[in-house]
Amino acid sequence: MSEFREKTSIVDARVPEGPLANKWSEHKNHVRLVSPGNKRRIDVIVVGTGLAGASAAASLAEMGYNVKSFCFQDSPRRAHSIAAQGGINAAKNYQNDGDSTYRLFYDTIKGGDYRSREANVYRLAEVSASIIDQCVAQGVPFARDYGGLLDNRSFGGVQVSRTFYARGQTGQQLLLGAYSAMSRMIAKGGIKMYNRHEMLDVVLVEGKARGIIARNLRTGEIERHSAHAVVLATGGYGNVFFLSTNAMGSNVTAAWKAHKKGALFANPCFTQIHPTCIPVSGDHQSKLTLMSESLRNDGRIWVPKKKGDTRKPIDIPEEERDYYLERRYPAFGNLVPRDVASRAAKERCDAGYGVGASKMAVYLDFKDAINRMGEDVVASKYGNLFQMYEKITDENPYKTPMRIYPAVHYTMGGLWVDYNLMSNVEGLFVLGEANFSDHGANRLGASALMQGLADGYFVLPYTIGDYLADDIRTGAISTQTSEFDAAEKEVKNRLHQLLNNGGTKAVDYYHKKLGKIIWEQCGMSRNAEGLKQAIADINAIREDFWKNVRVPGTEGELNQELEKAGRVADFIELGALMCQDALDRNESCGGHFREEFQTPEGEALRDDDNYAYVAAWEYQGAGMPARLHKEELHYENIKMVQRSYK
Amino acid sequence: MCQFENGAFQKKESSNFDFSISKFSNYQIFKLVTMNLKLKIWRQKGPKDNGKMVDYPISGISPDMSFLEMMDVLNDQLVEKGDLPVAFDHDCREGICGSCSMYINGEPHGPGRGITTCQLHMRSFTDGDTIHIEPWRAAAFPVIKDLVTDRSAFDRIIQAGGFISVNSGSPVDANAIPIDKHDSDRAFDAATCIGCGACVAACKNASAMLFTSAKVSHLSLLPQGQVEARDRVLAMINQMDEEGFGNCTNTGACEVECPKGISIENIARMNRQYLGAAISYSPPKATGGGD
Repeated sequence: MSEFREKTSIVDARVPEGPLANKWSEHKNHVRLVSPGNKRRIDVIVVGTGLAGASAAASLAEMGYNVKSFCFQDSPRRAHSIAAQGGINAAKNYQNDGDSTYRLFYDTIKGGDYRSREANVYRLAEVSASIIDQCVAQGVPFARDYGGLLDNRSFGGVQVSRTFYARGQTGQQLLLGAYSAMSRMIAKGGIKMYNRHEMLDVVLVEGKARGIIARNLRTGEIERHSAHAVVLATGGYGNVFFLSTNAMGSNVTAAWKAHKKGALFANPCFTQIHPTCIPVSGDHQSKLTLMSESLRNDGRIWVPKKKGDTRKPIDIPEEERDYYLERRYPAFGNLVPRDVASRAAKERCDAGYGVGASKMAVYLDFKDAINRMGEDVVASKYGNLFQMYEKITDENPYKTPMRIYPAVHYTMGGLWVDYNLMSNVEGLFVLGEANFSDHGANRLGASALMQGLADGYFVLPYTIGDYLADDIRTGAISTQTSEFDAAEKEVKNRLHQLLNNGGTKAVDYYHKKLGKIIWEQCGMSRNAEGLKQAIADINAIREDFWKNVRVPGTEGELNQELEKAGRVADFIELGALMCQDALDRNESCGGHFREEFQTPEGEALRDDDNYAYVAAWEYQGAGMPARLHKEELHYENIKMVQRSYK
Repeated sequence: MCQFENGAFQKKESSNFDFSISKFSNYQIFKLVTMNLKLKIWRQKGPKDNGKMVDYPISGISPDMSFLEMMDVLNDQLVEKGDLPVAFDHDCREGICGSCSMYINGEPHGPGRGITTCQLHMRSFTDGDTIHIEPWRAAAFPVIKDLVTDRSAFDRIIQAGGFISVNSGSPVDANAIPIDKHDSDRAFDAATCIGCGACVAACKNASAMLFTSAKVSHLSLLPQGQVEARDRVLAMINQMDEEGFGNCTNTGACEVECPKGISIENIARMNRQYLGAAISYSPPKATGGGD
């Protein structure tokens, strides 16, 4: 079972044999089990308490494993899944519009522009219906109709209504469901919870992940924790851009430390720029706010037909408006996938049709929806989003169109995992946004919540047993070994270096500089020349950072600047890898748009002959180019065609 | 519709329509007009140290900044001067994670209703204002450092019973139990609690009744949650008392300050359930079992 982990340039995902629709059930029937009595002897570390981490921790503890759970926030309930607004997909076909497991699978593969792994995506679609059942059983208050049954809405890139939602707070409600399941197991002793703890390294013993080094953020103490397996559910790396819709604390550190210890990082350049966010208003800005994709169900996107039109939007008559998505993509209209909608907005703004003070915005207009359904109905569907918009911009979207512009929102890339969600490092499992597997080069709306909960409730609990079955006689893993000594020493040295650097620049100075380079050169569109320059610039930032950053305070206390410094140091290294990956992939696909590779209409031009693979990168040292491994993608059930939403 | 009644740049009569040209000119004004403020901030080195209010004059603050972005500016200035930045909890900065928790000019989350600290914008203040910034004050929320408090008592209240006991696996089909839309909507209203602790900070008794009752209501309004309703309300209230939160004297301050507008109707519902559970319920004698 370990031949694929040897240093070969082809990575084997160990996808089970057999027809697509039977793979998962056959696999589940044949993976090894760990008996209830033996589960008590096995420890599992779960890092992160978002949808993936919380659902995994709760499920594993219910099964009888000893779980140790870690989050950097002051409570597991605050993980950034909480901020997801729009909804969660499931192939329930409650609306009788012809939905099925196959259609959800197909939409997801196509939406990902044929760069995801077929077997994983099919499994995701297959377990999607169970997620809704599980969440309702936990008391998640999804929207219902007057008959008392569950309601659905549509999201981008599909032609059915399969999205379940809880007003604009779906992520919050799902996370609180998973958090309550965790809380129950914490009270029962199945989970030991470590709040305000940050993982700063993974510890490998004889090549297997056997523990972590964590910093207690409250006291500054460095702690050793051991387990038979380590699960990372630590989210995405969108904050590499500095400005994103991610929470301020969202970071890549856990995944990056694992990468530095040998875990392959897959498709790092596949990042999602979400089309509907509140535009940047000034240099002081610390983050960007998303306006849910669900708004595109009823809102219409447009810009003036006349360049540089300075009239108020309500003064621009209908015939002088360009509803460019409806014009370019009549079949899907305003509900094209995110990458397509974002690029189209950029194209209009770059061409001089942008609106607002910065001219880097387009309108999202609810006038027709209000005329059709009435303000009350619109308020019941989107009220909290409209309120959020007004609080930030001081403009009333019931009266005047919203101004929106794309912003970084999600990262499809992440640590490489096999079909069992295990990385190439034995015993290191990766779930949710932190892994790369299901969304290819572009994620469809309402699929992130689905994937996080699928991984945590319905995939990992089965697949991890296959690995842990070898550990039933291992006994507790000691933390008093040379491997733990070495990892702890390394962590302490690095913290010491940051605190005693004697520089002059605040951490944010570097983070903003990095973010600007990545946004401009590795954002919505990329080209070879820009990427080469970006790699050189990022390496220069890294050197400058370690010479001139100033981190005040001491190690043995709550020190938020020190936390930030460690995270930004890792983002800088990741940024270089993203650019290397984008430079290496000489094609356009999904969110990765290389200007050199486009159709005459300006759509992404894939190169399936040469790039139908997952690029899985192996770390070679800071400032050194990473080494490429490939996982070839084979589509046995779907024909690869150019995506069309026309 | 506007939350910022006392905003210096409020243009009530036309703010709904100003755009393009007029918005552009507003933007210019915002760029030119900045505020000078006097901040008085609680500084406390650690849990066992004595804290004190410290003055920080700050200038060049744009009314478009959020309150926390203003704090970022202050902290960057402190770091570059070699001082220690002000520690405060924050994460999502869009009013949903419940991390941010500042007691501003005597109100949790500051002036304005239905918002968290991160959603408060500087246009709510006027040039020359003095702003007092303190942490939540409650025995059950001890200060860790500066404006950061320990709210893990809330987690322990949920652990006592704020859940429905269902394992991951194979539950019944989600549509097998229709739920009255009105009940479902009321359950949702209660479930929107973000666990920030503003209710406790606002209460003269530092009571956690609004927080606890929101979870009790959310779950007991749903058929799935009724099986454990009696155990839940007893266990959660017991835990709330053990954590050192005070009792409720119906001042309603919590409801006013709650960023999610959670109603004290939930407290009434919880009290009724508690009473019913406490007088009618004794734990069964049989334990364990199975053959």
